[in-house]
Amino acid sequence: MTLLRIDAIDVHHGLLRAITGFSVAVDEGEVVSVIGANGAGKSTLMRAVAGSIPVSSGRVEVNGDDVTRLRAHQRIARGVALVPEGRKLFPSLTLEENLLTGAYRRRPGPWDLDTVYDMFGWMPDRRNQNSRLLSGGEQQAVAIGRALMSNPDILLIDELSLGLAPIVVKQIYASFQQIVVNGCAILFVEQDVSQALAIADEVVCLLEGRTMLAGRPADLDPSDVESAYFGATTGGH
Amino acid sequence: MDVLNALTQGILLGGVFALFASGLSIMFGVMRIVNLAHGDLAVLAAFIAVVALTYTPLPFGALVVVAPIFGLLGYVMQRLLVTPSLEAGPLATLVATFGLSIVIQNALIEGFSADVRSLDAGGLATASISLGGGIDLPLVGVLGLGTAIAVIGGMQIFLSRSRTGRMMRAASDDVDTAALTGANSRHIYAVATAIAFGTLALAGVLFGTRSSFSPTSGTLTLIFAFEAVVIGGLGSLWGTLLGGLSLGLTQSMVAYYDPAAAILAGHLVFLAVLALRPQGLIPARST
Repeated sequence: MTLLRIDAIDVHHGLLRAITGFSVAVDEGEVVSVIGANGAGKSTLMRAVAGSIPVSSGRVEVNGDDVTRLRAHQRIARGVALVPEGRKLFPSLTLEENLLTGAYRRRPGPWDLDTVYDMFGWMPDRRNQNSRLLSGGEQQAVAIGRALMSNPDILLIDELSLGLAPIVVKQIYASFQQIVVNGCAILFVEQDVSQALAIADEVVCLLEGRTMLAGRPADLDPSDVESAYFGATTGGH
Repeated sequence: MDVLNALTQGILLGGVFALFASGLSIMFGVMRIVNLAHGDLAVLAAFIAVVALTYTPLPFGALVVVAPIFGLLGYVMQRLLVTPSLEAGPLATLVATFGLSIVIQNALIEGFSADVRSLDAGGLATASISLGGGIDLPLVGVLGLGTAIAVIGGMQIFLSRSRTGRMMRAASDDVDTAALTGANSRHIYAVATAIAFGTLALAGVLFGTRSSFSPTSGTLTLIFAFEAVVIGGLGSLWGTLLGGLSLGLTQSMVAYYDPAAAILAGHLVFLAVLALRPQGLIPARST
């Protein structure tokens, strides 16, 4: 079943068109990665899907319902949760309070404090610690936990590995299987192409807001990925 | 003993300042805006109390209903006036609330003339608790300080324990991310303003039983409240209580030696805090 269907959306930053005609369909249990260089429009895309910024045309559907005109807090009730770039934990709240904000519009589902604490075993001991005192990797885990607390159908993760140690990134990717096993789907942004190709069921490559390439990692030719990523025209098309 | 008396009166006066200031502090803490109509709204509450006591057989105690009524007014006013101006930029809220202040002042002058009034609280106005040794605590003052502590303590519990309170702190940290976790900022802000309006209405009624007031009293009230918030530390509620007490103590102690210099002394303490400790006595937790 298709949980998220994005149909030919355009997104503008003022007069600048940041995303042009983007489409993708994400099915239950699927992990899809958006890759692209800096400024390709990846974060803009994620924020538009989450409802933080409006789309200027096209359509966003969740579970078959049109959510294009809904604001961010309404979309989370429909099952779309974003882990924003830079984690964006609430600095004056403790670890546990940060998780609890995610349950503000909790939908029925498997995720609550206990199941998040089960997945990230180090958290319970530090539940009352101020979130500012956590390392980058720990903050990323809390941010993912916070998003899961709403029991989303679609988990959006922006710049998952940015600024994190490789070992931490590996642990977070390892949690993906646990997340999608409940029928949720993940759409995530990754700058590290080899990482994305290793993890994702499907990869979409953006360049200046346009989709250059999309497909299953096994079907993609590395040189095509490279030229789509950098916009190079060498490689003899 | 007279000094001790001035000291206790100062603490009680400070309690009323703190109660006035807590609403201002809540709105600043959550939305980073200053409601310039704060004092005038409190005076409006006092005038409504005058009308209620004059034309209805309600007892004085029934005046607590101004708190929920003003709370509702606050919710509506936030949704219709403050949030739209906030979305237009932080300066627009100053203009909007300044405009509201002028409208309220002039409407009150139109309706009640510029005469000075006072609230007839019956026996409550003169009742006092004798502590012996020549020290008497006026009941209204004790009520003011008690309400201030209850309001600030209750607000702290609300912010730390309740689902809406937690989201209010989250929105104060980062309103965009709060929206991503499900907060409707317009609703959260309106709840904060409702609480602020409820507290300023209580403050206005208590203030009206302590001293006389006129339609233009709101301006000085706003200044005292603002000073209490800044002395205590912007965005910190316990700081606001401490700021109100500092201001009340200063005015009362200086008045003991020279009544004419009391208000000036309060302003000087405020300026000294701004110059020497701009973060206030108790800085807010998140910076």
